Amino acid sequence: MGQPITVTVNGENKSAEVEPRLLLVHFLRDKLRLTGTHIGCDTTHCGACTVLVDGTPVKSCTMLAVQADGQQVTTVEALAAGGTLHPIQAAFKQEHGLQCGFCTPGMMLTSIALLKEKPDPTDDEIRWALSGNICRCTGYMNIVKAVKSAAAQMKASAAVPEAAAAAARS
Amino acid sequence: MLPAAFEYHAPKSMDEALGLLDELGEDAKVLAGGQSLIPLLKLRFASPAHLVDINKIQDLDFLEERDGTLRIGPLFRHKSAERSSLLASRYHVMADAAPQIADPIIRNRGTIAGSVAHADPSGDWGTVLLALDADLVLRSKSGSRTVKARDFFSGPFSTALQPTEILSEIRIPASRSQTGGSYLKLERKVGDFATVAVAVHLQMDNGKVGSAGIGLTAVGPQNIKAGKAEAALRGARLDDATIKEAAALAAEAAEPRADHRGSVEYKRNVVRVFTERGLKRAYERARGGG
Repeated sequence: MGQPITVTVNGENKSAEVEPRLLLVHFLRDKLRLTGTHIGCDTTHCGACTVLVDGTPVKSCTMLAVQADGQQVTTVEALAAGGTLHPIQAAFKQEHGLQCGFCTPGMMLTSIALLKEKPDPTDDEIRWALSGNICRCTGYMNIVKAVKSAAAQMKASAAVPEAAAAAARS
Repeated sequence: MLPAAFEYHAPKSMDEALGLLDELGEDAKVLAGGQSLIPLLKLRFASPAHLVDINKIQDLDFLEERDGTLRIGPLFRHKSAERSSLLASRYHVMADAAPQIADPIIRNRGTIAGSVAHADPSGDWGTVLLALDADLVLRSKSGSRTVKARDFFSGPFSTALQPTEILSEIRIPASRSQTGGSYLKLERKVGDFATVAVAVHLQMDNGKVGSAGIGLTAVGPQNIKAGKAEAALRGARLDDATIKEAAALAAEAAEPRADHRGSVEYKRNVVRVFTERGLKRAYERARGGG
């Protein structure tokens, strides 16, 4: 009945026997108690349950846990590892990119994947990338601002070690 | 929502997958991207006893032009179509359609072949393949057969695909010079299913239409090929009168139903307008513009 799987969740190998019909989101929430991944519409529309699977945003209500066997899953819990907010979290906080916060984990994970691919996105690119994540509170304005602000922050902090390395070379 | 219980299979090779389908027959469904099938399972519209997941099979995620044919593998995802420079430069109707499929997160997993096999009358890829006059290779344990896209769809969520078969390759005649296409889609909000969409593919030949393909989305029990409109264009110069006539014929081919997205008259009119606009855009691209 149960199918053995091992999924690397936020860097840790998690092994379990699961029913094949178990959805990835339930594996994360119910088996691993990682409740930062939210269930919104449960019909593949809202994006609240978005996690990264091998770095790619996926709606975890629309993937089976058995399909994640052998793959890397990143949830919102990984972002503030060590107690320091990830730049995307700091930016959502600073720019009021959330009100109720329900959609925020999905919004942030999708944004991280975007910024990895496009470190300096335009407003349009941000809106386009986030078009599968629905927010009922903010009207999106501050979410777009937050992503832009995080992009600037991440670029600045990436530039620091480069500048230091350049200084060391000269 | 949880799907009904099923047995899960993750074959490592196509032969293994086809063997399973042969053995399990109607009790099995093939899982590719899962972006339509998993919601169906959760809503209990489908409750197969077995799921055959083909994602662990190597080499099914491909798009290549070879021997005059564009070939698309069963695991080629919407996202890859959206980013393909080959499609952007020479297969405009596909490049136009790709970023209009659902939303970016769904496009990360969903596949073209899966969408075609699912055969939602509101699905976009079937219409695109009708316009491109594609062939579909259906493979089973006992061999493979090729079916024209226009013979593949037989009704809502119904196709020529047998339970023992996998849609193993989509074949499209390679794009030559002087080809142009477009996919125009009307949706209530970004990421929605089409209210109406129209696919156009044109092959020009010395200033005249060599061949034309026109497909219609969400205006009938299945994706529709507007054959009369295509025939009216063949051999013609693309002047305004010809375009108007073809658009009127495409609108006639539509069989829309009134629903929350619009009335019959409205949808038919959108088909007419989108066919006109689509032909003009495709023509411009065939001449090297746009």
